[in-house]
Amino acid sequence: MMRFVLATLFVLTAGLARAEVMAVYDFDSREQEVRYQNLIAELRCPKCQNQNIANSNAPISEDMRNEVYRMMKSGASNEEIVDALVARFGEFIRYKPELDSRTFLLWATPAIAVFGGLLVVAGVVIRARRSERQATGLSAEERARAEQILAGQDDTGDR
Amino acid sequence: MKRFLLFLPLLVALVLGVVLFAGIGKDPTRLESALIGKPIPEFSLADLHNPSATLDHSLFRGEVSLLNVWGTWCPSCRDEHDDLMWLANEKGVSIIGLNYKDKREDALVWLGRLGNPYRTTIYDPSGTLGFDLGVYGAPETFVIDAEGVVRYRHVGVVTPTVWEETLLPVIEEARSNS
Repeated sequence: MMRFVLATLFVLTAGLARAEVMAVYDFDSREQEVRYQNLIAELRCPKCQNQNIANSNAPISEDMRNEVYRMMKSGASNEEIVDALVARFGEFIRYKPELDSRTFLLWATPAIAVFGGLLVVAGVVIRARRSERQATGLSAEERARAEQILAGQDDTGDR
Repeated sequence: MKRFLLFLPLLVALVLGVVLFAGIGKDPTRLESALIGKPIPEFSLADLHNPSATLDHSLFRGEVSLLNVWGTWCPSCRDEHDDLMWLANEKGVSIIGLNYKDKREDALVWLGRLGNPYRTTIYDPSGTLGFDLGVYGAPETFVIDAEGVVRYRHVGVVTPTVWEETLLPVIEEARSNS
């Protein structure tokens, strides 16, 4: 019973914590609202570092959400909005960093890892095939020896 | 070739070790300011002590100064206040205050009670200049050179150690350049 009460409480309060974050903004269209939600989901809060500004309660996140909203209302593009915030808070706030010489490795590492893995797998397969080919077919000498062994085994079996 | 492959895991482990070791001890909550090397943002805000006077970025022209972001709601700002007094009175540092997201009355009471280390205090109740400066948590202290260009940002409390090891070298470099 206690467990049930606690579980119910958790479910109810989780909703409260979520609702507190949401400020009231009016949007011209559904697309604009989606754009806004996507933008604040990919901007990182500088204070509470592992949250995006959509989920963060920090005052600075609120200021940043207000700025995103204000710029969007005045017709700025996503890029302009993100650039304006990066100019103030630094590259840190991008959850999706720009592709340039500094972030090249960051973006390329998964591709390099996959490519490297494929090379290793290909190497293993080729080597296995090669040794398989070598293994088939015995030389005359080996065949003779094999027959000898088999014959020997027959002898022991008879006894 | 075979023998080299045997050493590959060791090599990978070493490289990974060096990379990860470089990250140990770094405080991820201290971010470098995006404004370093750039002029202080344009602003037009009232003086804390004199509501009718308007301050702008020309305030920073002429000498190297510290810009200290503070508020009475910020407990760490209380911690560093005595050290700011020491810097202003003993070391003759020009400190400009940015009263950030605060109430004027509270700020004046605070300065009256604890002393005023600031040459001038900018009153920024809605945090607009703070936002343009990329302030994400008070206290923060910027080093601004005589041309009004941001040279450094320190996030957190200013202590005599921070002054000696971090701020003073930056200030001296800024002074020698201008």
